[in-house]
This record gives sequence, C-alpha cells and structure tokens, in this order.
Amino acid sequence: MRGIQERLVSILAYIGGLTSLGYQATVLSVTPPLKLSRFFNQAKRIGLDSLPIVSIVALFTGMILAFQTTYLLKKLSSEIYIANLVALSLVRELGPVFTALVVAGRVGASITAEMGTMTVTEQVDALQTLAANPVKYLVVPRFLGMVIMLPLLVIYTDLIGILGGFTICVYKLGVTGSMYMAMTFQSLVLKDLFSGLMKSLVFGIIIALVSCYEGLRTSGGAEGVGRSTTLSVVTSFILIITADCVFTALFYFVF
Amino acid sequence: MIEINNITKSFRSNKVLDGLNLVIKTGETKVIIGRSGCGKSVLLKHIVGILKPEKGGVAIDGLEITKLSDKELNLYRLRLKIAMLFQGGALFDSLTVGENVAFVLSEYTDTSKSTIIKRVKESLSMVGLKDIEHLMPSDLSGGMKKRVALARAICTKPKILLYDEPTTGVDPITADAINDLIIEFHDKLEITSIVVTHDMISAYKVADRIAMLYAGKIIQMGTPDEIKNTTNPFVKQFITGASAGAITDRENLVFGHVQD
Ligand SMILES: Nc1ncnc2c1ncn2[C@@H]1O[C@H](COP(=O)(O)OP(=O)(O)OP(=O)(O)O)[C@@H](O)[C@H]1O
Ligand SMILES: [Mg+2]
Repeated sequence: MRGIQERLVSILAYIGGLTSLGYQATVLSVTPPLKLSRFFNQAKRIGLDSLPIVSIVALFTGMILAFQTTYLLKKLSSEIYIANLVALSLVRELGPVFTALVVAGRVGASITAEMGTMTVTEQVDALQTLAANPVKYLVVPRFLGMVIMLPLLVIYTDLIGILGGFTICVYKLGVTGSMYMAMTFQSLVLKDLFSGLMKSLVFGIIIALVSCYEGLRTSGGAEGVGRSTTLSVVTSFILIITADCVFTALFYFVF
Repeated sequence: MIEINNITKSFRSNKVLDGLNLVIKTGETKVIIGRSGCGKSVLLKHIVGILKPEKGGVAIDGLEITKLSDKELNLYRLRLKIAMLFQGGALFDSLTVGENVAFVLSEYTDTSKSTIIKRVKESLSMVGLKDIEHLMPSDLSGGMKKRVALARAICTKPKILLYDEPTTGVDPITADAINDLIIEFHDKLEITSIVVTHDMISAYKVADRIAMLYAGKIIQMGTPDEIKNTTNPFVKQFITGASAGAITDRENLVFGHVQD
C-alpha cells in the first residue's frame, strides 16, 4: 500500500515537472529576444539529420503494409482497396507513431545525453551564473525544433510510405500507377491528415519535454547520464503509445 | 558586503551546512578552507543563488537573494556583478574558447564585436593564455580549462568573484601567477573575493582572512597569522596537514595505513 502510494506521488510529481517545464518553454518561446540560429541548429539536427533513417523506416513500412493488406484483401477479393488501406494506416496511425519512436530514439536520447552531461559537469549551473536561463537557452530551441520538425517529418514519412506501397503494388501486384494514386487520394480526407498531424504535434511535445526534463535532472556522473538517457527513451515510448491510444479512441468516437 | 545568516542545507539525510554564519566585507579577500566534501562548493553555490538554503539567508549589499526567484531581473543584474570560477571549469563544450569567454558580453550586452574580441584577448592574457580562442574546450589540458574558466569569470569585470580551487590542477608557476592576479584584483580593482582552496601557500598569500569550514559551520576565522598560530586542534590538524589529529579522531578515521 505504502509502495503504491509513493509510486503514485512520484508519477504525479513527474507529470507536474513536465507540465511546468512545458509551460516555461512555451512562455519563453514567445518572449524576446529570440535567437534564430540556435533554433536552426536544433531544427537541422532533429529534422534534416533524421531524414535517412526516417526514409528507410517509411519506405519499408509502406512496402510491408502493401504486402500485408494484399494478403488480407485477396481473401476478401477486394484488392482494389489496397491503396486506401495503405494510405489510411500510414497517415492516421503508423506515420506519426513510427516517426515519433524513431525520433525519440535518435534525437531524444541524444538531447538527454547532451543536457545530462552539461548538468553533471556544472555547465548548467555555469549558465545560471552567467545570467542565462537554462530553459530559455537550452530547452526553448530544442522544444521549438521538435514541435515544428516532427510534423514535417511525419508528412515526409507519409509520402515515402505511400511511395513504398506504390512500388510493391505497381511492380509486383500489377495495379496500375494511376489507379493506385487515384485510390490513395480518394480515400484520404482532410480529417485523416489533421488527426495524423495533431498526433505528431503532441508526440513532438512529449519527446522534447521528456528528453530535456531528464537531461536537466540528471545526477551522478557518467552512470547518471546513461541512466537518464535510457529513462528518457523509455518514458517517451510509453507516453507516445499511451497518447496515441487516447487520440485514436478520441478521433474514432468523436469525429 | 555579503552576509550569510544561519544557513542550513541538506541533501537527503546528509546535512552539509548546519547554521553557518559568515560575513565578507566589500573589497575583502576571504579564503575558505576545509576538508574535501565538507561543503565549500555548496556554500559558494548558495552565494551565487544556484542553490537555495532550507533555512537562513544570504544578503548581498543588503539585498536578500534567497528570496528572489530566478526570473527576477534584479537577480540577473546582480548575477552580472558576481562571477564564479567552478571547480571543474564548467566550460560550455559546444562553444569555442573564445565564445566561452565572450559568453555574457555577446549574449547579454550590445558590446561591439571588436570590443568583445579585445576583451577576450585581455582576459585570456591575464591568465597567461593567448591565441587559443578558436580551440574547443576538449582540446585543452585540465589546467588550461581552469584558466579559461577564470578568464570567462573576469571578462565581465565583476564586483564579486568566487573562486572554487583556482590553483588546483595548474603548475606551481601558474598557481603563483593566479595568486598574484587575485591580489591585484583586491588591491587595484577592490573586488570582493571568496577563495575556496586546499592550497595553504595560496591561502596565506592571498587572504585578508581565512575561515575554516567544518561540520557545517565556520569553526574559526582570522588573519593568516592568527590561523597559523591557532590553538584550535581541528584547524591545527588541517593546516599542518597531519594524517592524525582532532579531525580524524572525531570521525574515528584511521587511514594512511595498510590494514593488518
Ligand atoms: N547536488 C548534490 N546532490 C547531492 N549531494 C550533494 C550535491 N552537491 C554536493 N553534495 C554533497 O554535499 C557535500 C559537500 O559537497 P561539496 O562539493 O560542497 O564539497 P567540497 O567541500 O567542495 O569538497 P572538495 O574540496 O572535494 O571540492 C558532499 O558530501 C556531497 O556529496
Ligand atoms: Mg568543491
């Protein structure tokens, strides 16, 4: 009983900490002076540098989806819906989730490791003594970078994924290209795109806040940095999947 | 003037500062000595406002800084008056040496580029370094890092300077040059300094007064001569550097021996 209570309190404290960091980051994001160069560095690191791995994941996801749906739809003799299924699954679900997981592992981990090292080597303390607010200086550029770049990456993932499905369907399964594209765009409505982007925005906020929060509360030298990096990725994964479930249910029932 | 009133600080069950009182007069150089882990760095962090005490307060020129939130610009202006040299240097390793030293000037003032370059050069040359502005901190030796960190601290021309072990890890010649620098800041610029050190040669040389921190309190404070001739057994063991004495007796420590 005692154990459960303590755990509950610590979870609430964690959520409180994340919320407060999120609030500070949001307020400071719109408080001048804004240093664009720091934001661009982070945007490049989060967006541009993630393109190779995101491309691979997206392309193969699209291909796998095409194979899987064909297998299923053949049984129902409704192969003409392959394109619809691939597009819908990608845009509504897999695009945002896979991209977020990849980015949490690739960028979230490196943000935590970097900021954790800065914390344990007193660089964050030094920032404070040099009149810089660590949230403004370190968190804001990463937060903005993540919140803006993740949705863009998700759009890119969707496109590459659809291309992956296209190649399989057109070259292996004998669907014509024009047919595939027509079915894809016919199936997607604005609502689907919106729900995907909405999710990716929330996932971006989760990754940015968790990775920065874990970084700033690191203690205990190199081992501590390792610990908070792991914790950052695990927490991001759990929160992303949980949020996804909530959102999917919400969009299913409400819209 | 810096007044530290009755501050208490614990980390979990570890009570590091326990009702500590200390006054540092304007223009004075105060040396704080004490064993490793006794809380000297923690004390300095309370004076710059990075750590907040559980009880008690720190007032700088009558302004109670423990009550101010980080946000308060007041503190920010105050923070530019106070500079701290961290024990490990704490250089930003994503910035070059030059950017590190120029940090405050280029981020928070409208000082022109050419003035900044000049000020950076000046600060580096004061600590005996030149032509290393383009290097990254990871390219420097431990002693060089410390000196760059000192250059960064003095670049803003602060009124109060806190040194956390300025001479540890540098060679004896550089160590003495740093001592001279501390003395010049005292004599020519009338900077208020707090120097944390284990290096008794340096302590005797730069101090107006030496204070010894032990068990969370200042147990003795006096001029270098008073400290040299102390009768307090704890202070005596520390300054003579004996491996056996009052401190080790009280802590039931026997070390420096191979166990049978
Ligand atoms: N952030 C922290 N979290 C937990 N404990 C801490 C923290 N900072 C310091 N301590 C503890 O406070 C005590 C005093 O540490 P401090 O760094 O002030 O020692 P010090 O006197 O500067 O020693 P040294 O001469 O070795 O630098 C130590 O026992 C240390 O474990
Ligand atoms: Mg220390």
